[in-house]
Amino acid sequence: MSRQSAFSTFGVEAAKMRDLTILMTVSGFVIFVIVAVLFTLAIRARRDTIGHRGGMRLVLWAGAMIPTVVLAALLIGTLPAMRPIQANRDALIVDVAGEQFWWRVGYRTPDGGTITAANEVRIPVGRTVDFRLSAGDVIHSFWIPGLAGKVDMIPGRTNRLVARATKAGRYRGQCAEFCGLSHALMAFDVVAMDPAAFDRWLLAQRSAAPAPTTPIAQRGAALFADNGCGGCHAVAGTVAAGKIGPDFSHIATRTTLGAGIIPMSEVNLSRFIAHAPSVKPGARMPAYTHLAPADVATIARYLETLK
Amino acid sequence: MSLHAQDDANLRAAQEERLRAVWKPPSGWFFRWTDVNNNRVGMWYTLTAFGFMLFAGVLALIMRAQLAVPANDLVTASTFNQLFTLHGSMMMFLFAVPMFEAVSIILLPQLLGARDLPFPRLSAFGYWSFLIGGVFVAGSIFFNVAPDGGWFMYPPFTTRTDLAGLGADIWMLGLSFIEVSSVAAAVELIVGVLKCRPPGMRLNLMPLYAWYILVVAVMILFAFPPLIAGDVLFELERLLGWPFFDPAKGGDPLLWQHLFWIFGHPEVYIVFLPSIALFAMIVPTFSQRHILGYPWIVLAAVGTAFLSFGLWVHHMFATGLPKISLAFFSAASEAVAIPTGVQIFVFIATLWAGRVVFSTPLLYCLGAIAIFVIGGLTGVMVAVAPFDWQAHDTYFIVAHLHYVLIGGTLMPLFGGLYYYWPLITGKKLSDRMGRTAFWILFVGANLTFFPMHITGLLGMPRRVFTYPAELGVDGLNLASTIGSYLFAAGVLVIVIDLALSPKRAKAPRNPWNAGTLEWLAHPDDEDWGIRSVPLIESRYPIWDQRDFVAKVDEGRFFLPDAEEGRRETIITTTLDARPAQVIRLGTPSVIPMITAVALGSVFILTTYHLYWLALGGAVATLAAVLVWLWSTAEIPEKPEKPIGHGIVLPLYRSGPAAPGWWAMFITMLADATAFSGLVFGYYFFWTVHPNFPPSGPGMDGPGAFWPMVAMALTLVSWATTVAARELNARGQVGAARALLSLGLAVTLASLFAGLAGPWFSDLAPKLHVYPAIVWTLAIWTAAHAGVGVICQAYTLARSLAGRMTSEHDADIRNITVYFHFLALTAIVTYATIGLFPSAS
Repeated sequence: MSRQSAFSTFGVEAAKMRDLTILMTVSGFVIFVIVAVLFTLAIRARRDTIGHRGGMRLVLWAGAMIPTVVLAALLIGTLPAMRPIQANRDALIVDVAGEQFWWRVGYRTPDGGTITAANEVRIPVGRTVDFRLSAGDVIHSFWIPGLAGKVDMIPGRTNRLVARATKAGRYRGQCAEFCGLSHALMAFDVVAMDPAAFDRWLLAQRSAAPAPTTPIAQRGAALFADNGCGGCHAVAGTVAAGKIGPDFSHIATRTTLGAGIIPMSEVNLSRFIAHAPSVKPGARMPAYTHLAPADVATIARYLETLK
Repeated sequence: MSLHAQDDANLRAAQEERLRAVWKPPSGWFFRWTDVNNNRVGMWYTLTAFGFMLFAGVLALIMRAQLAVPANDLVTASTFNQLFTLHGSMMMFLFAVPMFEAVSIILLPQLLGARDLPFPRLSAFGYWSFLIGGVFVAGSIFFNVAPDGGWFMYPPFTTRTDLAGLGADIWMLGLSFIEVSSVAAAVELIVGVLKCRPPGMRLNLMPLYAWYILVVAVMILFAFPPLIAGDVLFELERLLGWPFFDPAKGGDPLLWQHLFWIFGHPEVYIVFLPSIALFAMIVPTFSQRHILGYPWIVLAAVGTAFLSFGLWVHHMFATGLPKISLAFFSAASEAVAIPTGVQIFVFIATLWAGRVVFSTPLLYCLGAIAIFVIGGLTGVMVAVAPFDWQAHDTYFIVAHLHYVLIGGTLMPLFGGLYYYWPLITGKKLSDRMGRTAFWILFVGANLTFFPMHITGLLGMPRRVFTYPAELGVDGLNLASTIGSYLFAAGVLVIVIDLALSPKRAKAPRNPWNAGTLEWLAHPDDEDWGIRSVPLIESRYPIWDQRDFVAKVDEGRFFLPDAEEGRRETIITTTLDARPAQVIRLGTPSVIPMITAVALGSVFILTTYHLYWLALGGAVATLAAVLVWLWSTAEIPEKPEKPIGHGIVLPLYRSGPAAPGWWAMFITMLADATAFSGLVFGYYFFWTVHPNFPPSGPGMDGPGAFWPMVAMALTLVSWATTVAARELNARGQVGAARALLSLGLAVTLASLFAGLAGPWFSDLAPKLHVYPAIVWTLAIWTAAHAGVGVICQAYTLARSLAGRMTSEHDADIRNITVYFHFLALTAIVTYATIGLFPSAS
């Protein structure tokens, strides 16, 4: 079972929905078999084995009454599941905004601040998480199959999804509303963590990006600045404060690149920098083919130090 | 003409000669295309829709090839998005709905024992519009500019001209054009069912297919207009920058979703109910008995139609709507399974009570029902909101909808093809090839779509051009791809079977021993449709009425002749089908084609922003329509004629007794529905904004004065029209003309007064959604006033030309219907824009 399956559940909601799925599938199968058997009997039956009255009774009971009862039971049984879990006072509020084709993530801190990240959502196990979902450009949909159902992200609105993780691990989410050329390439990693580890991680995210220490990383930082990367991307603690693209302050702590589509590595970083439009059609990042491959690699080396 | 007269073989031969001459199709390489007879127009329509289906199917095969393996690069993301958008849009707008209308155009006159539909030229116009619009939309993919925003076209992705290019306009304008032709066909079919039934065929004796045509056409009438309203707002945003869906300027993307799905969900039943209708014809034939529970199945169809308008929100479960509304729409969505269950059990009971003759069409029906039931069961699953939050926009839905559409549209159509082919061509298709094709299709469909349920729940979203191996769905996807090519092979077998058909020998008449009226058709059929229009006393007259076929053939029923050399059919009363009138039908003409080309040019030229040329096209359309109308409602050479058995019917009726009046009334219902879509937009914005209407420069207006003036003027023009109708009927023709002239001036004044409000208050439609929606309502109403002016001028001209008199007053009665609706539109518009702001 992959990290993105609705059956590899790690959340309260998803587990309920998995059970509901299994229940409805089994019942559906039974109903299908009954209908198929009735059809077979009907075709095999000789003329007038049931008369008009018998036939009408069949229509009344099997066609109308029994379905009404079954559906009413289904509705009543599933009504509680339509009520979302309530967000309690110590719920962690996470803002996620869909952008073409990546995720802007913000963790609200008790002091009213926000810690900005991108393309990865980390949540503590056992604590209620209150996602505030919005969209920057077009409609997207926020879906972590193992955690809960999906909620659309609609420009001009803020939707909520309240969920609670039950099991630590690495999972995957993906955009579920068609949003353009790279809709298929808009995923993200989801990390459910032990609460203490989560708090430590969040604290680390609060700090500025580490300054480059090795000569090559320093040269990479200079190239990063000279080529105007900071116009779109922010690196906390430096002059780079762009908000158009994903935040890079701690990019190297993430395991994937390009919104969950390729593993984090120097080679892939270089490929993305030089050829973003072919790695990700329709992305706003232009190609940097005019940069010397060595310079691209140097920038990639710098980014790799942003832990 | 007594029964005895028809004993004379010479008389019969002479009658047949006259009928043949009257119904002779036009010939010549061009003029053969000016035909309007339902058999030929219906056949063109069917073949064209079938062609679009094959085309859209090939698009799907390319998609399946791309998705056969993970991270494939057979096609680019851009191509893939065009492929799935066009596949869905074409299957819905160019195949499923038109196919229903096409088949109905062929079958309806036969089912009703009519010579043709009441407005043959309207059918031809619908066909040419469909062909032009369809080729325009489908052809765009060869220029790499096909629509690529999904068949649902959600803004703001699709309204942003930097993200969605020409394709979005092609979708909106090309398909709007086709929607117009779909509504035209719906009007024709409704009037056909209500007014063209044979004497004695009361509503409760109607063949079930006719019932379903009525139900589905009424659904089209109310479902398509909200989409047309949405299209209007959508193009105003794209072409003029009016921000209906732009949240930065007060718009809301969700308005589009509401309008789209108010259309989109009934649409599902619009394409599904006709298939139930086919079952309802096929199952009794092969059970060799009447359908069991006729009133039940009719009520179930009506119930399904009714409920289907209350379910649209289940397409929006994930949009964050209030949970209480989700519960309501979950309940409604589950409830629609009940009438569907009734319809399916009616078939089970009928088969059970009858003696089943196994045949190829029945095999398709049963296979289709098996597939459909699976789709219905997964439909109940997705009606449960919490499950839908997982399944929505994943391959689970792709599986569900294809089970529904293959089981509920495509397979029944193939069954209907094998069933009705002898009716249309006089030849049977091959049983062997039909059954071979069936099993290939059945296995192919299940192999393609069953795995997709799992694919979706394993985390694969819809509309992705590729997927990573990490998802663990490669095996399932490969199975789906293999299945899809298998399915295509099944379709190919059917196509070959059809291609071999011309070489085969004719089948006997009524080869399935069916009991319904349409099987009167003779393998060597003539174009006149039916030899004489029968008196109906049973739902299955061929089985139940003595010597029925012979009596029809020998012209012993009604209207066996064409003495005056005119195409005619009988009009009966709406409920109990008493003969009421003989109408003269439209003959072959180039005018429907010209009108379609002119109207098509308006839509197509607008796509390319060639507004002046488009305006020229609009003027040409208006001219063509006026020329067309001028020949209608002609004053007959004598007031009445005998139709046999001592019955004499008038040749001219006006008002609610005439089909033309009904067509106007029904068209205006559709128009009013589109208008309510726009009004819904106004109040929708009011609900989403805490202070609506807003205030500020460019946003204050339009005041109460001008709207009230416009409302008063419209009401005056309405009153003059009604008064002119009454005076004209009393013989005071001069006074009626004077009132019409006065009304014309007042209507024109109301047009300008309606626009004066937003104009003088400088409402700036690009600034905010409030001025934009006010302008839209004002322009909509003003445009309708403009059409009202044309109506009054036309009626005046008819009166002056002697084509309308005090006895022959169809024109003024029809435009009065228009003015009722215009007055209603004006009251709602001007109260909304003029009074509501001060009330709220």
